[in-house]
Amino acid sequence: MKINIVRRFIQILILILFILGNLKILNILEGNLSSSILFGGLGLSDPYAVLQIYLATFSVSATAISGALLVLFFYSIIASRAFCSWVCPVNLITDFAYFFRKKFNYAKDTRVIRLPKNFRYYFLGLSLILSFVLSTPAFEQISFVGVIQRGIIFGNVMAIGVAFFIFAFDAFILERGICSNICPLGAFYSLAGKFAFVRVEHTVENCTRCMDCKKVCPEKQVLNIVGKKNAFIKSECISCGRCIDICKHDALNFSIRHNKEN
Amino acid sequence: MSRREILKKGIKGASLALAGGFIWSIATKSESKILLRPPGALKEEIFNAKCIKCGLCVEACPYNTLKLASFKDDIAIGTPYFTPREIPCYMCEDIPCTAICPTGALDVDLVSTDEKLDIKKMQVGVAVLDMQNCVAYWGIQCDACYRACPLIDEAIYLEYRRNDRTAKHAFLLPIVDPNFCTGCGKCERACITEKAAIFVLPRKIALGSVGDNYIKGWEKGADKRLENVDTSLKFKKSKAVDYLNDGEF
Repeated sequence: MKINIVRRFIQILILILFILGNLKILNILEGNLSSSILFGGLGLSDPYAVLQIYLATFSVSATAISGALLVLFFYSIIASRAFCSWVCPVNLITDFAYFFRKKFNYAKDTRVIRLPKNFRYYFLGLSLILSFVLSTPAFEQISFVGVIQRGIIFGNVMAIGVAFFIFAFDAFILERGICSNICPLGAFYSLAGKFAFVRVEHTVENCTRCMDCKKVCPEKQVLNIVGKKNAFIKSECISCGRCIDICKHDALNFSIRHNKEN
Repeated sequence: MSRREILKKGIKGASLALAGGFIWSIATKSESKILLRPPGALKEEIFNAKCIKCGLCVEACPYNTLKLASFKDDIAIGTPYFTPREIPCYMCEDIPCTAICPTGALDVDLVSTDEKLDIKKMQVGVAVLDMQNCVAYWGIQCDACYRACPLIDEAIYLEYRRNDRTAKHAFLLPIVDPNFCTGCGKCERACITEKAAIFVLPRKIALGSVGDNYIKGWEKGADKRLENVDTSLKFKKSKAVDYLNDGEF
């Protein structure tokens, strides 16, 4: 089965479980992506949010810290940045915006603004510094990820406006701008996932250099080794599996990282 | 330019204008509301810093009292609040909203006595009564807020006074005692006037503060407040001169 279909299914399933939890129909996931309770007992928290709260107040309860460590552990050991493509609801909007952009050929328009890929890392650093200086979790106060996910889970009409803004930005202003240039949460997870085990592996013997993978990849820079050497993809990869779906020659696959390369 | 091009440009322009307009309307909103936090909330600034915006308190509340703030609510987006006129706090004994908070932004210690949950300690706010628009102060018999109060005769009590206008009726005047009022808002919910004549405000906004100048001489131990008092005189030398020269005389 196509990985993309499985991914969409999981992405939507998580949101539905949250909605059902919120409506007190099904008690699997309660809360939202910032902090939640799984199966009525296991606390999970967004490590980036908890880090900001810690920098702002220097006191965070044990529940939040253990929940954040669990999540951090999962993404940094298992799958790098899988949050971005398998969980985050903003991904649904930005993927649609990208589809729209390609379908109606907005990609060829003159570029409105240019942002370096590294911008998100500066933004991440700035948000942490500001959290400390202003004694308030800086990015959480303006987090579009937060607005969108809460809007979906708790049903807030105002979130549609923000969703539309994100769509318009990605579709007409900067290609994949929100997720791969701006979002500090994605930057956080790509740093956290540096040593994650489940990675996309490239087998150079199978590669025909058709570059289909580069056409669909949301973070093209991670595929710079395609056609050159056997290697595992860098942690900026959001593990969406698009390249695996499209590769007809079995050159790309999810795999457990080990040290055979080079 | 082809028709297709014009359509494309039109969609792009309209979308950007809509999205920009939405952001603009958020940025320039001017309405300011005073909102109440759930039981056990820390001081506003620390609460804002500690709240992770997970909405677990919202889900824990069995009465759907709590809501998460949106842009229009003029407080940090995603933080919980409630509007007593719509749904008040029913002061659950097990305080599920406070107990579930993962970050401690809702602090169980603030609503406990001797490590046991005690909802009567909650200080969400304090009820304030508008005597002008309370029909009980007109002489009409209404004790809706008094009856609704979970701490009846403590947080709200009735004062009886002779109605001189009719010379044969009594006023039953509701009076709030801030020492007991938890700010649950059931009185505000119950109030019969079109816009509630009794309403809950955060304690910081509703209550005054005496300072060091006055002591209740008839209360035992009230003079303890004087122990660390700052007795240096704080006169503004120019004040008297300004007063005389201000042109009022």
